[in-house]
Amino acid sequence: MLLLSLAWRSLRNRAVITGLTLVSIALSVALLVGIEHIRRGVRESFAGTIKGTDLIVGARGGTTQVLLSTVFGMSTPTGSVSWATYERWRAHPAVRWTIPYVLGDAHQGHRVIGTTAEFFSRYRFRDRSVTFAAGGPPETDREVAIGAEVAERLGYTLGREVVLAHGVAAVSFAEHTAHPFVVRGIIARTFTPIDRALYVTLDGLTAMHAAEEGAGGLMMGPPSPHTEGPAPITAFLVGTKNRFETLQLQREMNEDRTEPLTAIIPGVALGQLWQTIGSAEVGLRVVAALTLVVGLIGMCVALFASLESRRREMAILRAVGAGPRTIVALLVLESGVLATLAAGLGVALVYGGILVARGAVEARFGIALTMQALGTTEWLYLGLIVIAGTLVGLLPAWRAYRNALTDGLSPSL
Amino acid sequence: MSVRDARRGTTGPAVAIRDLRFSYVPGHEVIDLPALEFARGETVFLHGPSGSGKTTLLGLIAGVLTPQVGQLAILGTDLTTLSRGARDRFRAAHLGYVFQMFNLIPYLTVRENITLPCRLSADRRARVTDPDAAARVLADRLEIAPLLEARVTALSVGQQQRVAVARALIGAPALIVCDEPTSALDADRRDRFLELLFANVAEAESTLLFVSHDLSLAGRFDRTLALRELNRAAATGGV
Repeated sequence: MLLLSLAWRSLRNRAVITGLTLVSIALSVALLVGIEHIRRGVRESFAGTIKGTDLIVGARGGTTQVLLSTVFGMSTPTGSVSWATYERWRAHPAVRWTIPYVLGDAHQGHRVIGTTAEFFSRYRFRDRSVTFAAGGPPETDREVAIGAEVAERLGYTLGREVVLAHGVAAVSFAEHTAHPFVVRGIIARTFTPIDRALYVTLDGLTAMHAAEEGAGGLMMGPPSPHTEGPAPITAFLVGTKNRFETLQLQREMNEDRTEPLTAIIPGVALGQLWQTIGSAEVGLRVVAALTLVVGLIGMCVALFASLESRRREMAILRAVGAGPRTIVALLVLESGVLATLAAGLGVALVYGGILVARGAVEARFGIALTMQALGTTEWLYLGLIVIAGTLVGLLPAWRAYRNALTDGLSPSL
Repeated sequence: MSVRDARRGTTGPAVAIRDLRFSYVPGHEVIDLPALEFARGETVFLHGPSGSGKTTLLGLIAGVLTPQVGQLAILGTDLTTLSRGARDRFRAAHLGYVFQMFNLIPYLTVRENITLPCRLSADRRARVTDPDAAARVLADRLEIAPLLEARVTALSVGQQQRVAVARALIGAPALIVCDEPTSALDADRRDRFLELLFANVAEAESTLLFVSHDLSLAGRFDRTLALRELNRAAATGGV
């Protein structure tokens, strides 16, 4: 108790050095804990890109490719699924709802997705459904709904005429000028790839391509040429009646011989994708850990530097009856107190930062930062920081111990 | 032996040294003391110019340094038989020490500096009923009562030395060691300081070992010893 009060008073006495050391360590603690926090937020946002969908089904291909092409609008689709096959699975007793996707067209580099009203009623991300900032879903074959980012980047408002193009290149020479669309709705920002896409009805796409062919179109048309019946689709999302039937249905689809399909479970596929792209976070953590090492070395240096001027103080304590071990304990306690305070301050900085910045971060990056309690990893970090900080104090303490033995009561000043 | 000494739980002369040798570096003895002894309650003036080994001798008496050879009994306890930790506890319990200057812990108040020995030693604590009250009494006698709650950095050198005396005296340790406590004081302050020191050491019935190179002070003490004559290492080393 005496030592703790001495350590505290001594630290306070060197307020400027103590304060600077405290701030430098606290900042590195905040960096380390903050990165962990943001990492968790990013992972949760990522995992929330698509929710409530039990299966994503595309033509036979890689899991990641199906996921990327349907949910993220990246990579090329694995192929097409015939309308008959889609109809057959839609009628499957385990299936509650389906959302068809037809990909392959674009507008100014943004993907166009042909889908049905189901998309607007069934699709979920982070437990939210698609809502409109203005207007509503496309109903006729001349209407299009656009994502928030599309609207913002291109400056589109309701009623604006939009001409789609074949392929996804930003500049396309194969524009479907014969069948323009009109912006019917602007989807509220979702912070998912939805923001960067345009949505039309299946009829809209069919009509557009038909118009193109009738006019002696430049290109071969939709994803796959068709001769009769409704056009094939690119993929479809499935909601099952009973979650337990999902695995069974997935196996049935993957093993079906009529038309080779790949059915993936979005959560699993997202997890796998995160594993591969998430390794970048390791670099961040390493940088944060290095900052912390620098902070601790700074504390060590500060304690060392203070030792010279404190030899007199140590001699006084010795004269009053403190043993060399008491001197060691005092210094280790000082660094321990400093490290603990820094850890606390660092965490406070993180939460303070979240409070201040979370609105802006969510609006700008779509990363939901929450005031959630510290996770196991964070507690582990804090524990290690306090232990490391205390141990760092052993170095100057050892020096002080040696000084105490050789100086006796007369430090050579 | 006084009643108070009995209460302190020690017997024997204040300091008893025989054939004491000490060197920091093997072969270069700093202390070679055939004999030195003084009784309880004595006020001893130890004259020691720089280089005579006085600081080393005080370190040995305080139990901070360990002699290589010889007997070193303080208040009847042979320090050479004690472990380092036991010597630290012995010093805390029975010794009051006043340095030449810079006696005080800068981040503690005057009162906290005075009561520090009571917080480090259970023996010293046991001999006062209330450390704060004891500090007030001593501060009163040493004429520093108004400064009790002051920061020590605000004190003059003379005031600091009085605070150091109060700290040395709290809990009435049997032996008070002063290492040139007046060398930083001008003549007026030095005289007043010595008056107060003597009065309070007498009140505590402690033994006083006062080291200085200023022989003009010697007349006030019961006994005067010249370290250069006693310490053969200093004599042979020749300055």
